[in-house]
Amino acid sequence: MSITNKIENLKSDKAVLLVKDLYKGFGENKVLNGFNLTLFEGENLVLMGKSGSGKSVMIKCLVGLMHPDRGSVELLGQDIAQLSLSEMNNLRTNIGFLFQGSALYDSMTVRENLEFPLRRHTKKLTEEETDTLVMEALENVGLTHTVDWMPEELSGGMQRRIALARALILKPKIIFYDEPTTGLDPITAKEIILLILKIQEKFKTSSLIITHDVDCARVISNRMLLLLDGINYAEGTFKELSISEDPKIKAFFK
Amino acid sequence: MGDLFSLKQNIASFFMEIGEMSFFSLRFFKELFTKPFEFKELLNQCYSMGNKSLLLVGVTGLILGVVFTLQTRPTLLNFGAVAWMPSMISISIVREIGPVIIALICAGRIGSSIGAEIGSMRVTEQIDAMEVSGTNPFKYLVVTRILAATLMLPILVIFGDFIALIGSAIVENMKGSVSFVFYFNQVFQALTFSDVFPATIKTFFFGFAIGLVGCFKGYTSKKGTAGVGKASNSAVVYTSMLLFIIDFIAVFVTDIFT
Repeated sequence: MSITNKIENLKSDKAVLLVKDLYKGFGENKVLNGFNLTLFEGENLVLMGKSGSGKSVMIKCLVGLMHPDRGSVELLGQDIAQLSLSEMNNLRTNIGFLFQGSALYDSMTVRENLEFPLRRHTKKLTEEETDTLVMEALENVGLTHTVDWMPEELSGGMQRRIALARALILKPKIIFYDEPTTGLDPITAKEIILLILKIQEKFKTSSLIITHDVDCARVISNRMLLLLDGINYAEGTFKELSISEDPKIKAFFK
Repeated sequence: MGDLFSLKQNIASFFMEIGEMSFFSLRFFKELFTKPFEFKELLNQCYSMGNKSLLLVGVTGLILGVVFTLQTRPTLLNFGAVAWMPSMISISIVREIGPVIIALICAGRIGSSIGAEIGSMRVTEQIDAMEVSGTNPFKYLVVTRILAATLMLPILVIFGDFIALIGSAIVENMKGSVSFVFYFNQVFQALTFSDVFPATIKTFFFGFAIGLVGCFKGYTSKKGTAGVGKASNSAVVYTSMLLFIIDFIAVFVTDIFT
């Protein structure tokens, strides 16, 4: 099966995420050393970096799961360092996050996993309305039949798709993907990539995708950013970066 | 020299952990009184901790009552004081043995399960997922569990004490031909408000300790699946130790006031 890049250039000039001069370290280990990033409305920005280069630390700083040592993160026009916990939680309803390990709540069924954010952040919905939204989200990922399954009954690929459905259920403006294809076989990985594209097309979300899967980056990205030694080493389209003569950039595409 | 350094490190980390746990419990009280209140999850936890522990507590209580009576009976017979059996057993069980033994059993059943559950949620990023979805995981997971343990433990102890007294009454009925009505009449004559009230109050603290340590160990667990096992194990060990300290303080305070 060959995948072709079907993304149209959806990018606008409006920044939905602005990261300035981000520093984060753990004792002597300095992970981010003045990292900068801008994500525009409607674009798919792929962030590539070696294992241990601080990609996951960076994405956790963006959603407030970790606090940077220095620098600022402006999400949908709001500086997250200035927000109270409840303001941050309100802002988070506009964000979807797909975790590397799916992070489905394993004591809940698929339905309860999807209902969890709905019941907390939407004004009182009737049972029927909730059910419609849950089934709609499952339909988007092609897994309506699993509605009453437990996470342990799902395969790795299915778990990733349900996690994506959960991330989408509140119709977020931005989605963060933390290595969406890692740990999946090539066929399932391609299915996930196509699903991300389909969702991007349908909901017009802005996406920041962290990956070291070159195939995934080639198909999904409007723009790419390479993270090296805690800073953004290079930026450009997949095509521009893949033909670069810089040995450090070349190493990413081998 | 190396041993001294290691001792210093262990002492420092012990006090650091106590400090962290104090902040954790302060956060619990802060979040307890702020909205939104997670009533549904609180009821779920009360059901899970209370209802699902009934059998274990019942069996423990029954064995406790039977064994305690069987062991004490010969000595009381020697002194010709077997008529004091219901009074002695009821006071011992209600004031001390019942609460402590049942709290220890619950530390194993509830404390370890909280530690393991929250710990595995931590290492599989489920707590992060909850936070990113705009839900306060501390409120949803920690506050509800500590509160449920605090509320459920007194009920479990009262239930366990009652079953223990039934066990004791069965032995007395079989060995000494004492009727159940007479036995319980003696029990209620012997027990006073000052026996029941302090014993019940301290069980709230036992429940709080079980919930707090289990949640703290799970919530702060690290280092993958090994960390989950460690969290579950140390939740039981720390709670058991804490239960005896609370019991000592409770007995000391009760003694001052009586």
